[in-house]
Amino acid sequence: MKKYIERLWNGLLKENPVLVLMLGMCPALAVSTQAANGIGMGLSTLAVLVLSNFVISCLRKVIPDSVRLPCYIVIVASLVTVTELLIKAYLPSIYEALGIYIPLIVVNCIILGRAEAYANKHTPLLSVMDGIGMGLGFTVALTLAGMIRELLGAGTVFGLRLLPESFGMTIFIQPPGAFLVFALIIAVMNAIGIKTRQRQLVESGCDGNCSLCSTACEERKAEPAEAVKPAEPAGTASVQKGGDQA
Amino acid sequence: MNNTSLIMIIVAGALINNVVLNQFLGICSFLGVSKQMKASISLGGAVIFVITIASAVASLLYDYVLKPLGMDFMKTIIFILVIAALVQIVEMFLKKKSPAVYKALGIYLPLITTNCAVLGVALTNVQDGYNFIESVLSGFGTALGYTIAIVLLAGIRSRINEKDLPAPLRGAPIVMIAAALMSIAFMGFGGLK
Repeated sequence: MKKYIERLWNGLLKENPVLVLMLGMCPALAVSTQAANGIGMGLSTLAVLVLSNFVISCLRKVIPDSVRLPCYIVIVASLVTVTELLIKAYLPSIYEALGIYIPLIVVNCIILGRAEAYANKHTPLLSVMDGIGMGLGFTVALTLAGMIRELLGAGTVFGLRLLPESFGMTIFIQPPGAFLVFALIIAVMNAIGIKTRQRQLVESGCDGNCSLCSTACEERKAEPAEAVKPAEPAGTASVQKGGDQA
Repeated sequence: MNNTSLIMIIVAGALINNVVLNQFLGICSFLGVSKQMKASISLGGAVIFVITIASAVASLLYDYVLKPLGMDFMKTIIFILVIAALVQIVEMFLKKKSPAVYKALGIYLPLITTNCAVLGVALTNVQDGYNFIESVLSGFGTALGYTIAIVLLAGIRSRINEKDLPAPLRGAPIVMIAAALMSIAFMGFGGLK
């Protein structure tokens, strides 16, 4: 039981996907104009993440290692299409507000990242908990940023007016505000000593770019090693490469 | 379609609706790779290459396969698979035919598959009802905008690195503040409309 709760806590705070791992920044920056949009995007991603973690974890012994990335992409894309159609049918206002960012959940780094880093090594139940934790962490980060931007930009939170109408720095609802608010949230987290991992990522030159980051980085690291040790059998290298680049 | 509106599609894609600073697509690599000028230019080149081809293929597929068959809802799945396959083919082709370009692009080519800008452009083209030529131009313009943004940010970052910053701002926060200022500057292009 303890490790299931640990998973939730891990996703919410210790490895918060947006604020600590710096994954899924694109939708986070784009849809956090309002707190309600943040929740909508967060919960859509959570649904896809939980389902994809579950399916991939169930199939982890069936999917051949060399073609795992294309398989994951197909699974995730199908789940996203289902989610998109459901939102379009039942929550048209959210669908309007989120627009193209719903189909773009497919390329959200968090989903392929968790599949690669967690779901393909752990049991379905643990993977589901990991998905819930990560999804909640994403939702919380987006809602927090959405609340700050909405408050500073329009003086409201969840549409509720907290500041007079004359107040409102529209720049915070516009694109620059997204960068600014996330920069400040991360700076505050740095200041109060929550360790962020993104610095290492940025320093190492391997960007946090999604699932392929890890494999591409490995590949890059492997290159000098290969140069030193050319005796490595070419067959395994090419198989590995094929999987990485797919 | 006259020439002015075709040029306008490129300008709109590159400057007015800058893909990174205005639409927030491709942020991961924008923040991650902009550390070095050289890498940024290589990535920009690769992105222009892939997005232009991907827009062309996606547009053809949508107009001649998906739409006639009434499989509109399959576009996300089809596009992402096409893009992944395309990147792989481009990579194999370059490796064989022009090793110099392949070497220059290095690891950035495979990374592009998960760059949301590629899928994003393909989907917006369909949404906006662009025809083949418009899709290709819009793809090229968008990718050009990405390259402009990432090269500019790389230049700014090389200056930032020399400065003594407060500890909490080091790393990602200061880069995002720089991006915010760039975004404000790019809002000025809105007047071109």
